[in-house]
Amino acid sequence: MSSTPINPTAEIDPEETISGEIVLDTRIETEPRLQPAGEKTTLGNALFLGTTQILMILWSVVVIFPFVWMITTSFKRDMEILTDPFGLPKALQWDNFSRAWTSAHIGTYVGNTLIVLSMSLTGTLLISAMAAYVLSRFEFPGNRALFLLFTAGLMFPMFLGLVPLYFLMDDLHLRNTYVGLALVYIAYSLPFTIFFLMGFFKTLPSEVAEASVVDGAGHFQTFFQIMLPMAKPGLIAMGIFNFLGQWNQFLLPLVLMQSESRYVLSQGLNFMAIQQGYDNDYSALFAAMTITMVPTLVVYILFQRRLESGLTAGALKG
Amino acid sequence: MYYRKYRLIIPFLLPALLLYTVFVLYPYVQAFYLALTSWSGTSAEKPFVGLSNFVSLLTDGRFLHALGNNAKFLVVLPLGTLSVALLFAALFTQGQRGIPGAGFYRVVFFFPQVMSVVIVGILFQYVYNPRYGILNEALKSVGLKSLTRTWLGNNATIFWAIAFVFIWSAIGFYMVIFMASMQSIPTSFYEAATLDGASRWRSFRDITLPLMWETIRTAIIYIAITALDMFVLVQVMTGSGANSAARSVEPIAVYMYIEAFTKNRWGSAAAIGVILLLLTLLLSVVLMRVTKRETYEF
Repeated sequence: MSSTPINPTAEIDPEETISGEIVLDTRIETEPRLQPAGEKTTLGNALFLGTTQILMILWSVVVIFPFVWMITTSFKRDMEILTDPFGLPKALQWDNFSRAWTSAHIGTYVGNTLIVLSMSLTGTLLISAMAAYVLSRFEFPGNRALFLLFTAGLMFPMFLGLVPLYFLMDDLHLRNTYVGLALVYIAYSLPFTIFFLMGFFKTLPSEVAEASVVDGAGHFQTFFQIMLPMAKPGLIAMGIFNFLGQWNQFLLPLVLMQSESRYVLSQGLNFMAIQQGYDNDYSALFAAMTITMVPTLVVYILFQRRLESGLTAGALKG
Repeated sequence: MYYRKYRLIIPFLLPALLLYTVFVLYPYVQAFYLALTSWSGTSAEKPFVGLSNFVSLLTDGRFLHALGNNAKFLVVLPLGTLSVALLFAALFTQGQRGIPGAGFYRVVFFFPQVMSVVIVGILFQYVYNPRYGILNEALKSVGLKSLTRTWLGNNATIFWAIAFVFIWSAIGFYMVIFMASMQSIPTSFYEAATLDGASRWRSFRDITLPLMWETIRTAIIYIAITALDMFVLVQVMTGSGANSAARSVEPIAVYMYIEAFTKNRWGSAAAIGVILLLLTLLLSVVLMRVTKRETYEF
């Protein structure tokens, strides 16, 4: 694709990234627009704005209401869910949450997810940063070829490699292991993370790195003490992007983590939803969904702008 | 000054290259080979069968039906998502001072994109639930009991019910992308158009659309590739089920999963993976050609 609408690095002034003040912020203020002719009357404009507001409020309700319903339902008794779907819970059934956490093993799934992500996120960021740094700042034969090799991974659907991957993991005795899933997460996160961080390292001024080499610092020292801290905004953006991607990943664990005690959250939740057909413990299922949603909601509210720019940059990788 | 630079280059590239080769490239390459075998998974030998996996897929009614579902998603999802996203983005950036509350709406509309598709899928399974789901309850409460359905248990509605969930969760995302693109268009263009007596619609059609076409184009290609997948949403919303309604919306990715992990027909599953790749490439090339327009520098 010839152009990237949102250039992740366009707005970053290298001078300012050193101080760490400017982060990836693609926020653009709503500019005032002149009113088109023919609608100069205040009535026409009021009508336009009124219709717009009604439309926006309606869609907000359509978006928010299912989540509100999910949260209120998670505090109800099963009987209330069936007889009074819209009403507020008569009493807060905290027991739903403890049933979800222990009997339905949501606690285990959360633990599994955290174990895998702690390894895979650290690995993704570190390994990608090292590769991106070398690829973007050093000349050597095969540099361009390696770049193309990594970015080619962006084009292939994950389904293509799914069957061989399953058997490969089996042969390596990595199926149903935390390390195995983490390694696969890292491998599949590399192409985009390297691609993104390369653009980032390119914008950093080379004088600083050169000065540190002149001062007698080794290449390793230069990277870890000078370049990596300078790339912090890029690492944060990719950290958020990969956190969401890996937290929400469903296909890979479905195939590679088939023993129930090793399920990650998204997979465990789906398993629990299928089980409901037999157990009829709806309130615990809704509680489990609420437990899964709340961390995402908190992260979203705290980091809304960064998240938005990280995700949109991620989608339109050009 | 970068003497002995290979002492850095090699150890820094090695971990990435190793993981990428072993877990990404090797399976991709092997898939092409497996697709030409009738391997059952247990035996050491992989009987070579040439293109017969592909031939039998192309005569397999279930596969062709799945392909048809992807084609339906391919039309409905981009149209439904991008037209509404474009409308919302335009409304947000038009008007005298932008619209009041734009910041709030933007945060709300974007939220579903952040949520796990699995949660969204399960949640809507219950929104559509015929016994106590809020959709039917809402219809009853406004006197439209006749419109209530078993949304996910019915061949006539299940496709639209699932497509709606996708569109619902994607609108805010594309809206934000479109807004960024619209806001980069200089205000002076609109001022000039206004002076010439252009209406809102004229300004949108003749200034906004052509100038943001590259963004729209990228969005079309991106969402089209997503429509070729649809695995997670369909798998979750049908409860991984095999009833006739679930079968009626099955996309090829779900069929591949069944071929592989339910029927252990690994060769055939690998062949579907290869077909999926070819379709992705073909679709990208075709869409890039079809959507090519003159680009405007500004």
